[in-house]
Amino acid sequence: MSEDDEPLPTRLHEIAHARAGDKGNRSSISLIPYRPEAYRLLLEQVTEQRVLEAFAHKGASRVTRYELPGLPALNFVIDDVLQGGVNAALNLDQHGKTLSSLLLAMPVTAPRRLMRRS
Amino acid sequence: MGVDTVHIGCGAGFSGDRVDAAGPVVETLARRDGPRYLIFESLAERTLALAQKHRRADPGHGYSPFLDAYVRPVLADCHSAGIRIVSNFGAANPAAAAARIAEIAAEQGCDGLRIGIVEGDDLLEVMSEGEVRRYPTIEGLEIGEAPLVAANAYLGARPIAEALALGADVVVTGRCTDPALVLGPLVHEFDWAEDDWSRLAAGTMAGHLLECGAQVTGAYYADPGYKDVPDLARVGFPVAEIGRDGTVVVSKADNTGGLVSAGTVKEQLLYEIHDPARYLTADVILDITGVTVEEIGPDRVRLSGARGWPRPDTLKATVSVEGGWMGEAELSYAGPNALARARLAVDVVRQRCRDIGTNCPVRFDILGTVSVHDGDAGDAAAVAAVPADGDYRVRVASRGSDRAVVERINQELMSLYCSGPAAGGGFRQSVTDQIHTASILVDRDLVRPKVRMVEAAA
Repeated sequence: MSEDDEPLPTRLHEIAHARAGDKGNRSSISLIPYRPEAYRLLLEQVTEQRVLEAFAHKGASRVTRYELPGLPALNFVIDDVLQGGVNAALNLDQHGKTLSSLLLAMPVTAPRRLMRRS
Repeated sequence: MGVDTVHIGCGAGFSGDRVDAAGPVVETLARRDGPRYLIFESLAERTLALAQKHRRADPGHGYSPFLDAYVRPVLADCHSAGIRIVSNFGAANPAAAAARIAEIAAEQGCDGLRIGIVEGDDLLEVMSEGEVRRYPTIEGLEIGEAPLVAANAYLGARPIAEALALGADVVVTGRCTDPALVLGPLVHEFDWAEDDWSRLAAGTMAGHLLECGAQVTGAYYADPGYKDVPDLARVGFPVAEIGRDGTVVVSKADNTGGLVSAGTVKEQLLYEIHDPARYLTADVILDITGVTVEEIGPDRVRLSGARGWPRPDTLKATVSVEGGWMGEAELSYAGPNALARARLAVDVVRQRCRDIGTNCPVRFDILGTVSVHDGDAGDAAAVAAVPADGDYRVRVASRGSDRAVVERINQELMSLYCSGPAAGGGFRQSVTDQIHTASILVDRDLVRPKVRMVEAAA
């Protein structure tokens, strides 16, 4: 195994980018790997269950993961995470626009060759 | 035979977007051949509700407050170059917006400018308030007895295409789907049939990519060291070329900053899409699961493979009601032991709220620890590893139907100037009235779009 293939502890931010949008009390967050070959790793490690856990303290009740292998990308829809959304949220970020960065903070294990800056 | 390619640029992606963004887009479009359009998207859910209030106060108002700022700098150039403008800045009063544009046209010598007005999105013209209230909301929000502010259905691309067929140089709508601002011109130019689902889907995808302005050209994307974007301060707004076959090429205004790459386009393609196989609009159900994205040149990205399914039988409508008050207040602590003093300030205000018996929801943050990523209970902030010394800002936020209670909670933080921990400073506060929105689905046949024309005086 070459040095570039050795799995390292890192964060999603090193291998993917993301954008969050809202509809009502739901957040929709895309997750797009910098390198298409990292898509499989995202499928394996960024599960609905792990995303639910990452957003549990914000009230997330359900996560649906949509797969777009052609792009490739994943799209997560997270219910009840906006604490009422624009209608009721007391959070400074009522639309949850910053939540893409919370997703990218998730710990993952990835070889250097799949990272943005390898 | 007709045309093969339509060029569409976007000059604003939301109400509040840059007022000087459209200039370079118009210059770019003016250098191109064939049918060319400029769109402005400036109508968020709450923007329309506020506009409705303005209209009630003055029947000559209720259109976008940005109309002058967006239209004035480009109207004469668009008119002389034959670039047609399509926008939802009609808001709650498209007719008044058209009258205003006619005035601007007359001032600027755009003789004979024809303005198409699209109306019919206001549900209160076809049903009573009571009937609106009886619809179940998609979000499960209880509208209850709260005063109704607005109820508007999302119209599709057809009435926009109809106005263009009548010769409109400018089309002004109220509530319509954002992608319709792009799909309308495409339906007009290509004469796409009402059931040509794959092409309607491609046009909707183009609209979705353009509707947020610079969000597809490098803005809302930059992450230094990871996603670098050149000259973000002068980011160029998007220009797309859409082919008769439904191929979409995204680029941006010439001689501007920003970036069009596979990455910028993918982020916007998925933005607020939810289920990528079923993006519901008034004109078509868009399926982007088979879309491919390809960089074909500098700042040029081609998309193909959008699929479409028959449009829903219902139209989405937004219902807006009065939503009480929100209070926000902030106070800073800095330097040695600042975190402990900020936490003590929170404890004091929390205790005071209990003592005075406020029963509305209150949230406490200490900015500089964990705030926007935290829940209302502050679980993440409580365990965050942050220094004892620092520059921290206490924030108290509350909501309630009684303005006096919300003001009182703000005032409890202000009182810490003299009655709180040492050295708090920089107090700011606001109390804002709120509008709550919810979505309902109404029978398509209930909604009757109306199109009419006015002409600027010569």
